[in-house]
Amino acid sequence: MGKRVGIFTASILVLALLVSITVFGFQVGNLRIPSAAEGIKQGLDLKGGSSITFEAQIGDDYSGDLSDDMAIVQTVLQRRLDSLNYSEATVQLVGDRRVMVEIPAVSDPEEAVQMLGKTALLEFADADGNVVISGADIESAKAEYGQLEQNGISQHYIALKLSTDAVSKFTEATKAAANRAGENKNFIAIQLDGEVQSTPFVGEEYKTTGINTAEVTITVGSGEDGTSPAQYAKDLAAIINSGRLPFNLKDIELRTVGATLGEEALSKSLTAGLIGLILVLLFMAIIYRVPGIVADIALIFYGALMVILMAIMGVNLSLPGMAGIILSIGMAVDANVIIFERIKEELRLGKTIRAGVDAGFKRAFTAILDSNITTMIAAIVLYFLGTGTIRGFAITLGLGVLVSMFTVLVVSRFLLKQLVGMNIKSLKAFGI
Amino acid sequence: MFQKMSEKLHIPNKFPLFVTIGALFALIGFVSMILLPFGINFFNYDIDFVGGTMMNVEMHEQLDKAALDEIAGVVEEVTGEKVSSIQKSGDGATQVIIKTKTLDTQTRDAVFQALAAKYELSDGSAEGSVSDLLAVDNVDPVMSNDLRNAAVTAAVVAIFLMLVYITIRFDFRSGLAAVLALLHDVCVMLSAYVILQIPINMTFIAAILTILGYSINATIVVFDRIRENRKLLRKQSFDDVVNVSIWQSMTRSINTTLTTLFTIVMILILGVPSLQNFALPLVVGIVAGLYSSVFLSGSFWAKMYRKKKKA
Repeated sequence: MGKRVGIFTASILVLALLVSITVFGFQVGNLRIPSAAEGIKQGLDLKGGSSITFEAQIGDDYSGDLSDDMAIVQTVLQRRLDSLNYSEATVQLVGDRRVMVEIPAVSDPEEAVQMLGKTALLEFADADGNVVISGADIESAKAEYGQLEQNGISQHYIALKLSTDAVSKFTEATKAAANRAGENKNFIAIQLDGEVQSTPFVGEEYKTTGINTAEVTITVGSGEDGTSPAQYAKDLAAIINSGRLPFNLKDIELRTVGATLGEEALSKSLTAGLIGLILVLLFMAIIYRVPGIVADIALIFYGALMVILMAIMGVNLSLPGMAGIILSIGMAVDANVIIFERIKEELRLGKTIRAGVDAGFKRAFTAILDSNITTMIAAIVLYFLGTGTIRGFAITLGLGVLVSMFTVLVVSRFLLKQLVGMNIKSLKAFGI
Repeated sequence: MFQKMSEKLHIPNKFPLFVTIGALFALIGFVSMILLPFGINFFNYDIDFVGGTMMNVEMHEQLDKAALDEIAGVVEEVTGEKVSSIQKSGDGATQVIIKTKTLDTQTRDAVFQALAAKYELSDGSAEGSVSDLLAVDNVDPVMSNDLRNAAVTAAVVAIFLMLVYITIRFDFRSGLAAVLALLHDVCVMLSAYVILQIPINMTFIAAILTILGYSINATIVVFDRIRENRKLLRKQSFDDVVNVSIWQSMTRSINTTLTTLFTIVMILILGVPSLQNFALPLVVGIVAGLYSSVFLSGSFWAKMYRKKKKA
């Protein structure tokens, strides 16, 4: 008896530890579990912010590489967000021709839509700001690595290909630039949306000829902010490419939630979830007595484990995701209900408590397994075929099913066995 | 607890009665769904499903019908189009939700600027102020088409895979019975969407798919009992086995429904409108799921079982 009570107390302590981890987080050496507030990201509908989806308007004559071009779009949007000072904004590709921008705490969403969605204006200008060539004159730009001369060292560079019409303009401009080394004006500025991105120098060897071929190489070193030459070459190539994107971006979806509305949604659903949870705990304890209290402990265990897992995975929690959790609380209780009903039945047939508990678990197992697997099927299908918030719902639902299976089949079972070992004789304790 | 009841009320024998009750609740939803391909729509499609712009604005004064009409007038003057709907919202009915056809970003900006000028609203640009534009949603019809298609695909694939799983674990007829029960639950939910004019949006898909999972759950617990009792009660008819199994799992069916409802109903009472629009059909679906798992799915299986025997 004493040993059992000890184990039971230890279980409660473990539970208390889990709950405190959700509040404070946990760190031992390299193992670090973030607290709920830190690890679980709140969706824009809970903390306020804008989500904007752009779609590439692709014409019938488009023949480029869509995935390459969309990667360029992503880089361009990220740069524009940086220049608008939205440092926490994220850009992600959705499907093959869409890109979704999420900006927390944006004060003027329409301005963001207009700034982000405008066509990139790429220009090559001389030192005085006179435009030499523009995006339409560039056929391709690729970041490369290798030797530019025989026996030269390998270096990062950008292979630029100009259209034939642009070569003469470029030749003249580079010739002029090469002759202005004395005034430190021997460069061609690459500008995106009017902002200078890079100022490659024109070598002295071009003083008489200018750069008179369609193929132009721009060698690069490290970026000013310390980016590696490889990265800098890639970035610059993306910028140049953005100016020759063969499509426009159209904003096809905008969702903006003000911070006040988001806060209200978060606090109200937390309150609802908490009251609902307390009602469930009371219901179980009243209807099922001792096993009900075991179920309650298991349920709190379930809740804590869910929160910890979501914090570790860095789940992005939005309103539907929250609903998924609240629903899965109900489902977590279900498995306990199925088991306890079976135990009651077995006890009514006159079995001892030990045999009744064993038989109850055994008999209930197939029902729990089959019903959870079918729910899991729904969650998996939702995850793979759904988008955005539906996906968030699928993640919390699927995770909820797995964690609830674990808590019922391991935690509830373990605790009930300890109780049985305590020699509870009264059937009343089992709600009969 | 329900031993006596199982003798008094033989559920598979009363099949015609229960199926009629179920059909009554499912009818409106079913008919509305069938009419959709013919261009007749009774559902309240939100902008998620047909495209459009939604603006939620804090007006700082209690709104009545006249005030709403006036606001609609301001909006129409800017857009040159009729608003699709305008309604008050929020705890003190001081907020307005305006829905229009899809507007471009300049027009959306202009609409709010016009409202801000007329009603002296804050656009949040001043230091420390909060914008009275609480939320803006804009969905292009391209996006809503994709969403609709994704939703239908997800539902069909999920149902098919569940059918396969049940066929493996039980048999094909029981799978079909479970899917029929599912169809009932979904149609009852659709009825609620039509009658209460709950907006059909993103959460609609989540709600329907949740009920798919939940209802199948409930049905399978009953079927599991039938599967087990079939082996134990070999001498009894299949109808009787079904009846006993349903009554044996009755307490579970009711208790689980209650515990699930606790949390959902709390959201319905306390939540924000977007969550309430999600919680309400869920409550309907959960209750329908209880009804179908108790009064329909087992009997469906029994009927099909008998047909097979006769043939």
